[in-house]
Amino acid sequence: MTAILSVSDVWKSFFGVPVLKGVSLELQPGSVHGLIGENGAGKSTLMKIVAGVYTKDSGTVRFDGREVDYTHPLQAMRAGVATVFQEFNLLPDRSVAENVFLGREPRKGGFVDNRGMARRTAELLAELGIDFIDPEARVSSLTVAEQQIVEITKALSFDARVISMDEPTAALADHEVELLYGIIRRLQQRGVAILYVSHRLKEIFDLCDTITVLKDGALISSTPASDLDAAELVRRMVGRSIEAFFPDPLPGTERGPVRLRVSGGGNDYIDGIDLQLHAGEIVGIAGLQGSGRTELAEAIFGAVPFSRGTMELDGAAVRIGSPRRAVRSGIALITEDRKAQGLALAQSVLDNALLVIRGVFPSRTRAARRRIPGVLSSLEVSFRGLDQEVQFLSGGNQQKVVLAKWLATDPRVVILDEPTRGIDVGAKVAVYTLMRELAAKGVAILMVSSELPEVIGMSDRIVVLHDGRISAELEPGSSEEAVLSAATGTGALGEVVQ
Amino acid sequence: MTATAAPARRRRIRLDSTVIVYLALIGVIIVGAILVATVGRNFFSLGNIRDILTGMSVLGFVAIGQTLVILVGSLDLSVPYVISLSSLMAATTMAGQPGNIAAGVLVALLVALVIGTINGLIVTGLKVNGFIATLGTGLIISGYLSTTYQGSTGSVPAQFQFIGATGIGPVPISTIIMLALATVVFLFLRKTRTGHHIYAVGGSLGVARLSGLRTATPIIVAHAICSVTAALAGLLLASRLGVGTPTVGSQGGYDLLSIAAVVLGGTLLAGGRGSIWGTIGGVAIFAVLDSVMSVLQVNPFLKDVVRGIVIVAAVAIYTGRVVLERRARFSTKEVRR
Repeated sequence: MTAILSVSDVWKSFFGVPVLKGVSLELQPGSVHGLIGENGAGKSTLMKIVAGVYTKDSGTVRFDGREVDYTHPLQAMRAGVATVFQEFNLLPDRSVAENVFLGREPRKGGFVDNRGMARRTAELLAELGIDFIDPEARVSSLTVAEQQIVEITKALSFDARVISMDEPTAALADHEVELLYGIIRRLQQRGVAILYVSHRLKEIFDLCDTITVLKDGALISSTPASDLDAAELVRRMVGRSIEAFFPDPLPGTERGPVRLRVSGGGNDYIDGIDLQLHAGEIVGIAGLQGSGRTELAEAIFGAVPFSRGTMELDGAAVRIGSPRRAVRSGIALITEDRKAQGLALAQSVLDNALLVIRGVFPSRTRAARRRIPGVLSSLEVSFRGLDQEVQFLSGGNQQKVVLAKWLATDPRVVILDEPTRGIDVGAKVAVYTLMRELAAKGVAILMVSSELPEVIGMSDRIVVLHDGRISAELEPGSSEEAVLSAATGTGALGEVVQ
Repeated sequence: MTATAAPARRRRIRLDSTVIVYLALIGVIIVGAILVATVGRNFFSLGNIRDILTGMSVLGFVAIGQTLVILVGSLDLSVPYVISLSSLMAATTMAGQPGNIAAGVLVALLVALVIGTINGLIVTGLKVNGFIATLGTGLIISGYLSTTYQGSTGSVPAQFQFIGATGIGPVPISTIIMLALATVVFLFLRKTRTGHHIYAVGGSLGVARLSGLRTATPIIVAHAICSVTAALAGLLLASRLGVGTPTVGSQGGYDLLSIAAVVLGGTLLAGGRGSIWGTIGGVAIFAVLDSVMSVLQVNPFLKDVVRGIVIVAAVAIYTGRVVLERRARFSTKEVRR
């Protein structure tokens, strides 16, 4: 079978820094090609070159046998090379059909044929096996998964023969991932070749026929999926084994007295929360999407406060009714969504690092300003200067700035919600190490995470949520199966440790 | 063992904004009718209805154009001066001669078309924010008006004055023309590519560009139409007054009033969402308020206070209306706040 898209020996640098060093890969019609590597390995750059967002410095890209060099995404789209980016290109206030045919609205007698447009959209959706999306529904009324389907439908409307997907499951709930799998299989049957970029090994093995591994911009391997197992894949990606990821507790770390106690806590989203957090302890919160993980973090931090139950900090009863209250009491929350909730993207590293101090403890600003450079360098943030805008930092460095912002407040309790989402392995290890250091200093840490290896590898105790309630409390080193069965509500409560 | 956890879906509660506008209009009419009845007058008398509809027409023309400009993500502050200019152009060209009516109308509309196109070109070509661009062109026109005309000038023949003065039953001709124009613009937005692209460009310039649209076209078209509808308002004022007046537009405060009517009608000030019929509803609310307040002989300063409260309250309601609500899993009854 001949390749529909073949990339050979592609090089690309930005400002003299090479990000792709002679990468090659071939996509076969009707197959799914997994592209995997750490952040910064060059996956997105390669994808954007294929999509016409970036132009390559050298090398060739052939589509359907002919050499191509797209300079605009639309040009690639029209030729049949479509891309579903992580950030959707949709107009939230327009209908599904209007989005699918934007710029190519079908006309009848010179006027836009709204009915025909809706009908055609329904046909395209049906080809993907989707019957629950109304072509006339407003995009903003759809779930993220449905919006993604609209993007794929748009790609299909261009008769795409190659579709690249960048982390398509990043924002999807588990049952929605199944839906995406179904759509990908339909596309495969139509002979569409799919370039699938993902961090999640399970998906890569579930879906892909061929797996290409990139590391530091270079091609490591491009092999049939059947020749690989997860351990081997990780080894190729990071050049080290998965155990080395999670640092051991530092010597001298002691489980101290109870720092935070929640008794019978509840609000609209969670209920019956009994939780104790000791000084020097890392407690992992696991659970499925929608189980109330983030809501628990937000309740403790006062963003969406508890309306029932009591809370104690170091033995004293507290009422945390707002984030400001939480910060004053020594609680920090590193939020799930760094860009929307953690950083002022257009402001400098220094301003971001001082954000909380200036807002809540203005009298400490001067002292904090002296400390910030030290905190940043201890976190190994790489940046050009304190006045650099944080939007120009990598995801890992942005997350470190968020951490620095909170460390400057000397918190007693630190809540981390998905602390390593979308950051590279090196930065992940830095975050884990920092957590261990904080624990050694007697800080109580609550880590909310959807990545089971992380929860299991870092936690002294694992609290599992299911449908807004605590369904189990597990020992460190529990198996992924034990956590999952508690999270899905299928496990017996016999595993509760107490 | 299929314990599939129901996903905690985030739900969006959204009533169509045009529906809300008309519900608000009905509310205003009911309250207004009661208030008017307390002073022994009939809100629904033919004379009063004619007054309200007459009050709608001038602002209606301006607001229809302003809707397009706001939908595309811009603003037009030059409308009052275009109104004055077109009233003068028409009145001086006509100079009391019935044979010159067509020429006068044409000159006024063409001049407006040129001004609107220039506004659009400044916004798209020079990348000047619409607010500033039209503030600038408005000032330029205003300067021209005050140096060239000392007061009311020209004269409009009786046949042209007829348009502003008659009606079919209680419905003035001018209001019928305004509603016909609203229908045409409604169809333009719904049935033409440029109409669709006005929403697209206002919704997200980036998405529009990546979808291959010529993003300048909808912006220029919106500005051009806006100036032309402002000129129609100017023609109507000339017809009513019988002369062209250099201050008729700015005295009416049509720049901010038209923006307020558009926003009151549920169109997003940032662009991309809204409708012509919402705007007409917003204009009607203002007209009813004005009518009720003049029947009640409310102090003119208080009138502005009421208008201001209505605008702020409306926008507050719209903002609160689009609630991204998480489904409550547990009872909310014992929530303490």
